[in-house]
Amino acid sequence: MGSVGMAYAALDSDVDVVSAYPITPQTFIVEKFADFVADGETHAEFVCVESEHSAMSSCIGSSLTGARVFTATSSAGLALMHEMLGVASGMRCPIVMAVANRALSSPINIHGDHSDSMNSRDMGWIQIFCENSQEAYDTTIQAFKLAEHKDVQLPVMVCIDGFITSHCMEGIKRLDKSKVDSFLPKRVAELKLDTDKPMSFGPLALTDYYFEFKKQQEDAMDRALKVLKRIQDEFAKASGRKYDVIDTYGLEDAKTAIVVMSSTAGTARHVARQLRASGKKVGVIRVRCFRPFPDKEITAVCGKLKSIIVLDRSCSSGHHSGPLSDSVKSALYDAGIDMPLCDVIFGLGGRDITPKDIESLFLEGLDAGKRGAFKRKYKFVGVRE
Amino acid sequence: MAISTDPKKKLGANELTLGATIPRPATSLDFKTGDWRSIRPVKDDSKCTKCMICWMFCPEPAISVNDAGAVVINYDYCKGCGICAKECPVKCIKMVEESSGEK
Repeated sequence: MGSVGMAYAALDSDVDVVSAYPITPQTFIVEKFADFVADGETHAEFVCVESEHSAMSSCIGSSLTGARVFTATSSAGLALMHEMLGVASGMRCPIVMAVANRALSSPINIHGDHSDSMNSRDMGWIQIFCENSQEAYDTTIQAFKLAEHKDVQLPVMVCIDGFITSHCMEGIKRLDKSKVDSFLPKRVAELKLDTDKPMSFGPLALTDYYFEFKKQQEDAMDRALKVLKRIQDEFAKASGRKYDVIDTYGLEDAKTAIVVMSSTAGTARHVARQLRASGKKVGVIRVRCFRPFPDKEITAVCGKLKSIIVLDRSCSSGHHSGPLSDSVKSALYDAGIDMPLCDVIFGLGGRDITPKDIESLFLEGLDAGKRGAFKRKYKFVGVRE
Repeated sequence: MAISTDPKKKLGANELTLGATIPRPATSLDFKTGDWRSIRPVKDDSKCTKCMICWMFCPEPAISVNDAGAVVINYDYCKGCGICAKECPVKCIKMVEESSGEK
């Protein structure tokens, strides 16, 4: 399962501490890791806590001692630790957290959508969305290297679709220990809790200093995209598997494209392949790194497009533009690219989006490209009205 | 990476320590926090019995005893809480306006 794969990634990354609280659909991640601890397969310490808020707190404390720290959560758990997310990023703790994206309550829903991660998108964490289990395994290992990089030093969320990826059985290739060890050496923390060299972390910063520390954080976020690209290249040499901050299909001649994140990209590509076989010029842009957002990489591939459809698996309540669409529109606007864009809210609470739905969207996109506008710029697909 | 111990000299984002880390201990000694005072204790040495109750109660601590056995108030750190004046059994400490500059 995708979830279990991430536990293996944490094991292979030789983490020192895992502190977590269970929640569907991430639970298998930490349960599997707890098995590793119980079976003596890792030196790591597993710290059981009473809530996700405590989980993130103990992760922060551990991280500040210089330990390599991993945790996992979903939905309400991510929401419960919300204030601590800012503490982790503000204190520049290179924690890696697996997030099995699940809908936020209410109503209670255990299935996959992006509302949990999107609710945390401004908290200063790097957010990478993985399409499948292999990518989730690979990205978890890359995430430690990215988080701990001296030019970054920010926590990273590695996101997978709840149930769809977390509970789906797929074969994963693990990286040999020798390859992981040379790709990802032991963490060396310059600033840490050390009785020989005492330091203080998490002080008050009033109106005269807070702003400077936030600027520091944002400068690190700005550097993170380039660092991630270099790390992906290094990982490709170690594993033979290539990753980029976005991936594209059919953009060399597509007239319309769907911009999407996570597992749905697979469905979109499948439909695009069929349509392209019948001569329809459609394409797919999968955004892998959502924060920092790859503005330039996206606008660089939009050159031939006549229209864009963005699929958002979460809703920004009260605003006719989902989180992904907001970022895409912002990137296009900054690049002076003006083309018809339709934002589609789909899949909330794990509602399936079918190949038929996606085919209709592609055809709509081609039509909008010809007419110069979409009939509706914002809509919900797959919901019964 | 640095911290500034001069309240008038403000450092920029690129000069400050990462994540507001304070990279060494005992930094409170670099800041004369007595400048927060609005009232200050003034001791009449002729009445002082050297019982050291003020020294025991001072929360800072900003009261010490020198080698000659005299009780000394450290105005660099004294916050003017008035506990010493309240606890002195012979009432040789009185609290006066900070602006008076009385010693």
